[in-house]
Amino acid sequence: MKMLDRKLLRDYRRLWAQAAAIGLVAAAGVMTLLLGVGTYRALSETRAAYYERYGFADLFAGATRVPNGVFDRIEAIPGVARADARIQQTAVLEIEGMTEPAAGQILTIPDEGESALNRLFLQKGRLPDPTHAGEVVVSEAFALAHEFEPGDTLSTVMGGVKRTLTITGLVLSPEFIYSVGPGDILPDDKRFGVVWMRYSDAAAAFNLTGAFNAVSIKLGRNANQAAVVDAIDDILEPYGGQGAYGRDEQISHAFLESELTGLEAMSYVLPPIFLGVAAFLVNMTLSRLIALEREQIGLLKALGYRSATIAWHYVKFCLLIAVGGTLLGWAFGAWAARGLAVVYAEFFKFPFLLFQDRPDVFAISGAAAIVSAVVGSLHAVRQTVALSPAVAMAPPAPAVYKRFFLDRLGLTRHVPQGLTMALRSLSRRPVRGALTVFGIALSGGLLVGGQFSGDSMEFMIDATYFRADRQQASLVFAKPVTPTGLESVRRLPGVMTVEPYRTVPVKLKNGRKQKRAAITGKLANADLSRVIDLDLDPVGLPESGLVLSELMAKLLDVGRGDRVEIELLDGSDKTIFLPVSAIVQQYMGVGAYMEIGALNQALGEGPLANGAYLRFDTQKTDELYSAVKALPVIAGITLQRESLRLFRETIGENLGISRAVYVLLSVVIVFGVVYNSMRIQLSERARELASLRVLGFTKAEVSVILLSELILLTLIAIPVGWLLGYGMAAAVSEGLTSELFRIPLYVSPATYAEAALVVMAATAVSAFVVQRRVSGLDMIAVLKTRE
Amino acid sequence: MSEAAFRTEELTKTYGSGATAVHALRGTTLSLPRGEMTVLLGHSGSGKSTLLNILGGLDKASSGKAFFRDLELTAMSETRLTRYRREHVGFVFQFYNLVPSLTARENVALVTEIAGNPMKAEEALDRVGLGPRMDHFPAQLSGGEQQRVAIARAIAKRPNVLLCDEPTGALDSKTGVTVLEALTDINDEFGTTTVVITHNAEIQRIAHRVLFMADGKIVDEKSNEQRLKPSEVSW
Repeated sequence: MKMLDRKLLRDYRRLWAQAAAIGLVAAAGVMTLLLGVGTYRALSETRAAYYERYGFADLFAGATRVPNGVFDRIEAIPGVARADARIQQTAVLEIEGMTEPAAGQILTIPDEGESALNRLFLQKGRLPDPTHAGEVVVSEAFALAHEFEPGDTLSTVMGGVKRTLTITGLVLSPEFIYSVGPGDILPDDKRFGVVWMRYSDAAAAFNLTGAFNAVSIKLGRNANQAAVVDAIDDILEPYGGQGAYGRDEQISHAFLESELTGLEAMSYVLPPIFLGVAAFLVNMTLSRLIALEREQIGLLKALGYRSATIAWHYVKFCLLIAVGGTLLGWAFGAWAARGLAVVYAEFFKFPFLLFQDRPDVFAISGAAAIVSAVVGSLHAVRQTVALSPAVAMAPPAPAVYKRFFLDRLGLTRHVPQGLTMALRSLSRRPVRGALTVFGIALSGGLLVGGQFSGDSMEFMIDATYFRADRQQASLVFAKPVTPTGLESVRRLPGVMTVEPYRTVPVKLKNGRKQKRAAITGKLANADLSRVIDLDLDPVGLPESGLVLSELMAKLLDVGRGDRVEIELLDGSDKTIFLPVSAIVQQYMGVGAYMEIGALNQALGEGPLANGAYLRFDTQKTDELYSAVKALPVIAGITLQRESLRLFRETIGENLGISRAVYVLLSVVIVFGVVYNSMRIQLSERARELASLRVLGFTKAEVSVILLSELILLTLIAIPVGWLLGYGMAAAVSEGLTSELFRIPLYVSPATYAEAALVVMAATAVSAFVVQRRVSGLDMIAVLKTRE
Repeated sequence: MSEAAFRTEELTKTYGSGATAVHALRGTTLSLPRGEMTVLLGHSGSGKSTLLNILGGLDKASSGKAFFRDLELTAMSETRLTRYRREHVGFVFQFYNLVPSLTARENVALVTEIAGNPMKAEEALDRVGLGPRMDHFPAQLSGGEQQRVAIARAIAKRPNVLLCDEPTGALDSKTGVTVLEALTDINDEFGTTTVVITHNAEIQRIAHRVLFMADGKIVDEKSNEQRLKPSEVSW
């Protein structure tokens, strides 16, 4: 082995702790890259393959009743590659042994064979036999939640008639990768199930023989989606068409998409943070190493070593660090990516998981780590090249300290000596100080940015479930009911409050801007399901006029007082104009609201409701549930509170894991930055500190002087970190906002506090590790040797 | 030996400029014959080290010319100076300048690895009497031993010239003598042109020739008819 390489290895061994601290940061960069890209690719490729193999549709449209003959016209629309017609209905599912009713989505498959689109993956059992009425397959997650096996039964009310359904198989569907009930946002496998039955069976039950009420479309290559949507809307309009929509509004796809966007963002944001910090640390450590080895560098040059050879020697030192970090990052990254993909595959319902360890991702991540180390080394290495051997072997000129502003103001008398030294040292190396602050701040920012999703989720839950939709349950009626019909709901056991609502599908227009939506009519001064303003305070619905959610107003480009054209999609072919009377807050979907009486009046109908919100006595829950299941008028029920509880349990676990990961990553950064900067300070100031010890300073006093600069930098870094974190949160909120849901930009005080605490604790521990070396300062040796 | 190993003509070196300019060399002209041991005497700041650095290719002159044999050092690029040092020059410094993370043998090998026709590191260390301690790290060696490692490192490549800047400056008299012995042995045995800087006037008596420097110029020069052995001098 070359002598220089031997020196390299010994230097590496001597500086192993610093090298390891940097290596860990680089490893975190490599790991997050593998994790982000690996999981992103696994999920997106799995999704793509699933969509492809099982014919996930590009467009979806619902209607009231469309004669089968119309289907040919849809298929003939230019750009439509394939179409599939079916029946979709919501229903209340009654499950033996479960008191509360479950919400069901009933979908049909053709009497013969499989659907043209959105085909089912049969996990267990067989598809329903068209000759046996009442046979169904159910979504696997729902079945697992109830331990259903083929042969088990459940019952439901279809078209006013109670039916017993026999499960013949468990299936997965590309439409329900993220499985939530209609109008719901939180998955609840126990209370929401999808049921597929043969077309004729369902058509007979729902009185839709010879007709369908839903269509799915696969677009051809280069098809113009907007044009196809318009064509479908035109065709379905006379049949109560509710407007066609694309995958971006398909709940399962949209949720998965936002998750993928988040993962992709993670692979863009996190690795550069870590690798950037690693580069900074390499620069800082190498600069110090080169300063210490100034004379050796001069000597090597005097001996005839070329500048390039010497520069390469130091670059190799950085490469060793990078390679160590890369190997560690690879090991953990590959393991974690696989783990995360499995977690995702369980959370999202995929029939298979395409996960491969991609050599290119490994190569890219390794190359990124190496490039960051080399870039970090450049500045320091350039110094070795520039050093003239004659100068290098002379002792360096004493560091130049300047009087800084406190000196000039004569204030240093009032500042402790340690702080003065720290301030002077900072004013001498402001860039290094700023980078140290930035490094520590990134760690705090990462914590804030990482916890933000939990905060905003809580904020959204609070706004949605505790300020706006405060009902315990929502009912969907099979058909609009009159006040008399509502009475039967009011008389259900335990029911304390009933608030009717009315929804009607519409197309809202403002000039060329238009948006398909539903207007929900609610009581003017509702107590359960309220609309809330931008400050989250409840607002009463005006007697006339339209209330729009903020995003809807933005999409339509309207404000208070502007008139909106409303095309009713209920089959009435009516168009009305209403002024916007208020803009309200809404995190899920885009909404439009009216006072229920005003809505009914606008529709030209009497006091009808097609659903109701309930508050009930929890003592009588069981009786209420049984009664609901028996009442034919109730086609669907959502138990918001139950779903929320379950959701909190599952998400709580995931949030806990992700919180732990972010804390760990942040600690890695703080440790890397603090440990290295302390070691360097100790090395730079060893003589000074040892001299102080000789002069009679205690170890504690010397430690305080050593720590002052770091404490100062950490205190500056914390608010900077908060800002960075808030910035990251804003980027996430902006990036993930879609028409389906918006991520409120909310960071809780607890998150800020936690970030500050973690940073301070990690700083303290890292500093403590180095501070112990103060005890080891050899006063005599340090003073005897030449600097 | 009529041919000169080193020759300089009106060599100057100025550090800095304007009011703060330091004139380290103010027109130094000299000629050092091959194979001789020359001692360069002078007080600090007289320009000895600057002169040695320029002769060794470590530093560049501000004006004037310096030659090693027929090579004009003052006209050489950085790369060629590096090659010159690598091929012809051995250095010994006051503070030894050993690489602390390498053992004695490895410090010597640092040079033998890049030299054209080196002796073995072990052989070089044997010559300075350090064979038994060659696997020690610098921190485990005394000052005299460390300086002898430095000499071993300097001679291992069989240099044409050996440039020593205060080689005994950090050593006591007794240890210094062992180091000087090593230098004279090499000079006698290989005929290596040796230049020793010192401000210790006693040491001049072991040299063939003595140059006196003051204010960046050679102010006097003498030859020793009778050289003393290092063991015969003390300070």
